[in-house]
Formats: sequence, C-alpha cells, structure tokens
Amino acid sequence: MTEEIIIAGFGGQGVLSMGKILAYSGIMQDKEVSWMPSYGPEMRGGTANVTVILSDERISSPVLRDFDTAIVLNQPSLDKFEKSVKPGGILLYDPNGIIHPPTRKDINIYKIDAAFEASKMKSSKTFNMIVLGAFLKLKPVVEMENVLKGLKKSLPERHHHMIPMNEEAIKLGIAKVEEVHKI
Amino acid sequence: MKELKLMKGNEAFAEAVIREGVDAYFGYPITPQSEVIEYLMLEEPHKRTGMVVLQAESEIGAIHMVYGAAGAGKKAVTSSSSPGISLKQEGISYLAGSELPCVMLNVVRGGPGLGTIQPSQADYFQTVKGGGHGDYKLIVLAPASVQEMADFVEDGFELAFKYRNPVMILSDGLIGQMMEKVYLKPQKPRLTDEEIREKYGNWATIGHKPSERNIITSLELKSERQEKHNQKLQAKYRKVEKNEVRFEKINCENADYLLVAYGSSARICQKTIQLGKEKGINIGLLRPITLWPFPSEEINKMADNVKGILSVELSTGQMVEDVKLAVNGKVPVEHYGRFGGMIHSPDEVLEALEEKFIK
Amino acid sequence: MSNNITPEEIIKNGTLVFEKTKLMTDAHLSYCPGCGHGVAHRITMEVLEEMGVGDQAIGIAPVGCSVLAYDFMNIDMQQAAHGRAPAVATGIKRLYPDKFVFTYQGDGDLAAIGTNETIHACNRGENIVIIFINNGIYGMTGGQMAPTTLGGMKSSTSPYGRDLGMTGHPIKITEMMATLPGVCYATRQAVHKPGLVRKAKKAIRKAFENQKDKKGLSIVEIVSNCNSGWKMSPVKSNEWLEENMLPVFPLGDIKG
Repeated sequence: MTEEIIIAGFGGQGVLSMGKILAYSGIMQDKEVSWMPSYGPEMRGGTANVTVILSDERISSPVLRDFDTAIVLNQPSLDKFEKSVKPGGILLYDPNGIIHPPTRKDINIYKIDAAFEASKMKSSKTFNMIVLGAFLKLKPVVEMENVLKGLKKSLPERHHHMIPMNEEAIKLGIAKVEEVHKI
Repeated sequence: MKELKLMKGNEAFAEAVIREGVDAYFGYPITPQSEVIEYLMLEEPHKRTGMVVLQAESEIGAIHMVYGAAGAGKKAVTSSSSPGISLKQEGISYLAGSELPCVMLNVVRGGPGLGTIQPSQADYFQTVKGGGHGDYKLIVLAPASVQEMADFVEDGFELAFKYRNPVMILSDGLIGQMMEKVYLKPQKPRLTDEEIREKYGNWATIGHKPSERNIITSLELKSERQEKHNQKLQAKYRKVEKNEVRFEKINCENADYLLVAYGSSARICQKTIQLGKEKGINIGLLRPITLWPFPSEEINKMADNVKGILSVELSTGQMVEDVKLAVNGKVPVEHYGRFGGMIHSPDEVLEALEEKFIK
Repeated sequence: MSNNITPEEIIKNGTLVFEKTKLMTDAHLSYCPGCGHGVAHRITMEVLEEMGVGDQAIGIAPVGCSVLAYDFMNIDMQQAAHGRAPAVATGIKRLYPDKFVFTYQGDGDLAAIGTNETIHACNRGENIVIIFINNGIYGMTGGQMAPTTLGGMKSSTSPYGRDLGMTGHPIKITEMMATLPGVCYATRQAVHKPGLVRKAKKAIRKAFENQKDKKGLSIVEIVSNCNSGWKMSPVKSNEWLEENMLPVFPLGDIKG
C-alpha cells in the first residue's frame, strides 16, 4: 500500500498540522511516512501545502507531480492541484469560497463542508480534523485508534484536553462527506 | 535502546548533535535551517549534557567560535544555509589549514546571491571544490533522508577526528524541512577535560607548560615549509580518497541507464526508477554518499555496462563534471535538473532521460 | 673571548640582575627595534607567570605585526583569522571557563575588520581579556591607514594625510566598548616610558584578575608607536606619540 496525498489551503487552516497528524497516525500503524511542506513566506497568510506519503515500503521521492488524493481547501489550491490527481484518484474539497468547482470527469470528487461544520461546533480549530475525517472515510489508510494515538503524539501535552473534541470533529467529517462526482 | 520519532531533518540533526555528546553549537539563524538552533535552544542541552549553544553575531563569528573550540580539542558544530555558508568560507579555510576537526551542516537553498529559500543543490562546487582559499578538501557527506541527517553527525565526527579535518554535511531545504521517521541513538557522554587531554593533548590548546605547548595555526611564512605543509595535507587527502568513499547502488544490476544523484535528488530518482519500470526502461541509481571523496572508480566501472549516464542535480550542472571525469568518455554523460528553488519531479527526470538517450 | 662564557656561568657568578619570564621564548622578536610590541608581550607574559597560570592560559594571535605572537609567547596559542580573535576566544572560553583566555590584537584587526566580533564579545560579556595595541597604522602590510590613524596623518593609503571628511575620524573603540554592560574594565595605557610600562602591567594584571573573578570582559588598550610605519626614529616616534596620539587617545581608566 502506498498513498500519496497533497493537502493545500491557506496558511492558518491547519494544513501542515493535519498532515503531521496523518503522518503520526501512519507511524502508529507501522507505516513508512514522509511529510514534505511548502515552506517560507507563503506560510504567513498565503497558500500552504504539504505532501504526505504513507507506505508499507521505503518511501522514494517525497516530492511528486501526481497524487492519489488531493485535499484542497481554497480556490487557488483547487486551481493548482485538480490537474495533479492521478486518473481514478480522489479530489476532496471544502466548497466554502469555491466559485469554480472542479470539472474533471476521470477522477472521484467529494466535498466536505468543514468550515460550516466547524462554525457549528463553535471551534475553528476543529476545521482540519473534520477534513481529516472526511478523507479517512474515503481512504481508510489508518485506523481510528491510531489516528487518536497520532493526535496525542503530535499535540503538545498542554493541548491534550482537546483530543476528545478533535475525535468528535473527525467523526463529524466521516459522517458529512458528500459525493460530487463518481467515475 | 533506539527511539523512534517523527522529525524534520533539521530537528533530527539537532537532536543527534546533542546525543553525539557534542560540546558546543555556534550558529546564526537563516532559512531553511533555523530549526537547528531553535530546536537546540528549546531543548536546553546544557541541562542534558552541559553542551554550549550560542547564537553568534554572524556566521563569521560562529565559524570562528567553532575554530576556537575545535582547536581546544572539543566537538564543535555549526550549521547554516548557502549565503551563510559563503560567509563561513574564511573560517572553513582556516579550519582546513590548521587541520581542525568539526562538523558543519549546509541546508542548501537556491542562489546566487540572496537567491531563494527553496531547496537547491547548487553549492556542490563550493563544498567539494574548495569554497574558501587555498588547496584544501572538506570531507562531504550528503544525507538523503531524515535518518541520515541524524546518523551523519556521528559518522561526521568519526571522520573529522580520524583525519583532523572539517566535515561538511551537504543537505538541502527539502531534506531539512521534511519529516520522516527517525531512529535516534542513545545519548553518548561528552568527553571530560581529562579525556580530551589524554586523547588530543598532543595538539589541542588546552593549557600546557612551555615545554609541551601547542600552537594552532595555518600560517607558515617560509614557503618551503608551507609547501611541506601542503604536501602533508595532500597525503592525508589521498588517504581519505582511498579509505572513505561511500555510495549506495539501487537497481543497478542489468540497468541500461544510470542515474547519478545525491541527497534529495537521489530520493526523487528512486521514484523515477519505478516509473521507468512501468514503461519497460531499466534504470539504475548510484547515490554518492560522500561527495568528496567522490565514487569515481565505481562510476567508471559502471560505465562499462550502461548506455548512458544522467547526472541529476537541483542545479544547472555541477556534479556532472565529476561524473564526466570519472566516466572519461566511455559513454555519453548528460545533466538534468531544475534549479533556482524549483524541484524536478520523478516524471520530469524520466522524461529527460528518455529525451537525452532514447528518443 | 666573551663567547666562552655561557649565560649560566654569568648567573653563577652572582651577576644576575634581571630574568626574562619563562613565558617568553628565546626566539628573536620579529618587531622593529623601538616598537612597543615587545614590551607589551613581555608584561602580558610576566603577569601570567606572576599569577602562576601560564599553563592554564590560551592566547589568540591576530593578523598584523603580532601574527607571530605565538613564536614569542611561550604558552598554548591559536592564530586567528583577521579580526576574528574575540570569536575564537569565545569558542575556547565557553568550553573552558576556568582557563585564562586572551586575545592580542592590533588596531586594524580589532577596530576595523573585527569590529563586529569585538563589539559582540564585549556585549556578551565574554570572560576574557583583550590586549589592544593601537599604533594608528597597519604596520605589517607596510603602513596603510588604520581606523585609528589621526586626522592629517600620512600613511601609504593616505599619502597626503588622512582626510577626515573622506575616511572618517580616528575611532575610539575602547571608549565605545566601555559603554557596554558586558565590559567590566576598559583602560588605555602606554609603554614608551618605564613608569608607563609599570602602570600598563598593573592594568593587565587587573584585567586577568577580573577574568579569574569571572567579572566579564576587560579591554586594555596600549597606545604604541610604529617607527617604521610612521617613518621616524624610535626616539622621534615616542615623542610624536606623546604630542599627537595621546591628545586624541588620552591615557587612563575609562571604566572599572
């Protein structure tokens, strides 16, 4: 099993930390992982993205042109990465602020209204976990218990009280993800 | 017991520095390697091992602090990224001339000038061919994973003290910034001052009676003696070339084409091998782990069995010169690489190989 | 005839009136006759010997006339790149806090190319001693203008006299360093007269005692001559120093 994922959005949306939790979850499930961020000034308010690879084998390139799954959380990222999904792969996006929805017909497209759901939970911090839940529903590459272990590993101890809320958000994402286009 | 963590390359390097029992880190922040000093400051290694961590006034200050500490027999480390490494060249030349051991890290970014903060491999010439003034060599290790960012600290110090020569770990923004699993070695104790006196007291400036005193210098105004000093350095370099060449070969048996790539490019090329297989193209990869000494002999041998060699670097073509020298005209050698902070994808490497050798 | 008498025989005869410190080697000083470096070397080594810490001392030689200071100072020494001696000393002292670490630097080394290293070692309060020889010129490279060259003073790169409008004023780096909290002692001395030599030695002793007591950085400036660079006889250069250097660089303690 090798799953090659790009997660992209605005800085501050929790793109990098979502990738980190996914990577940690992979480690908990005994997988090889890599987490390669875009770094630099674009992290401060601009677009941020991270490539996460989970695999049963030694990971070769941490940098890729095409991905099994693209998770995009704003319009610029959708514009940039829709074309980077391998044929038959998955595109998952949050429709909030999207005025030009994806158009490809050779990939499976899903949406998760994570910003809306997070506002209902009255915690913008759960946003990325709702997205993660949606992804895990579509690609159950790691088991829930390992995701929780991963969360625990990647969050500093002082934030551990937030783990139950994050778990709730992941479950919400699993429940709320919607199919937009299926091949 | 080994400990498993998910870490950035820069952080893994910093943690490995503490666990190696290093005495001092002197550095100055610069993207994309500031995590090294940030991690060290946060970890407070003076509480763990007594290690000194100091943010210097400049890269120049930092390298000369390393010089002072190394000259006193201590294990000293500095790190920076390309423009900062340019500033350090003065000190690096002095370290090499005075035959002092130390480990340095360059997390390379695109240049020239202020360039970009994105990954690059355009400091190959600077690192391998000199950089500073005079006839000298650095032992150069090129990590291709977060694990190697950690492991090369220990390897680096072994080589540095074995040959009394500065060692450069030549990484880049990609390896420095990415996170991977890393197995960390247990903490080594720092050497005590008594142990240093016993091991290095015959050359280090640690305080001696006049009759036993040591001098650390690269100066020799009498040309006859400076020539002798250079001959001694060259003899040492020949020994390093004979004994310390390291490389990794992947899928090289029966390969029709050979990629030569180090560090992050070598990782990218591993995927290219897979993509090639899917298209029925049999590609091998030789990954130099030491860039100096360079695995010239091995590349020359391999040239007998392949149709073409592609040197893949995140630069406009630097290592390719050494590959050509090694191959010595046996088969065509070409270069491919994105640069200026752009990173070639595995697909682009395959396309380049097809275009240069197959079409 | 006198060639047959060894130094040991002379001493045996009870005629010893002066003994050179053992912390100076027997090497011939490479400095010009009449230059202040030799005296400054000797009193620095005498202080270390009198304190009984010669085998615990590590000196840093600069680039300049005293680049070969390690040929004369009979202790462990490192030779530093131009201006970097305070950084080198930092690297040593941070790892050997109980050793006696000092730099010996000229004005070009300390006050021009090494200004950054000087300021920041002082500002961090590195527990070291800086001996700073100020003769207002680059001696070793053939008498070029230094940052401390006086206005109107001729040098090979200010052949018509230093133009203050073009190249700035003689920099009073010791006064500048005295403003930094990390500096516990800043003083300016001279060595062209016996009384001044005694005072300068006392100042150097105080600087090393400060280091022993972990008080911070001590900088001892010694205003010296450069008869070759100034193109004067040794006697004339000492007179010129009194008349011209000292009004700009007045002697005495600046701090501590």
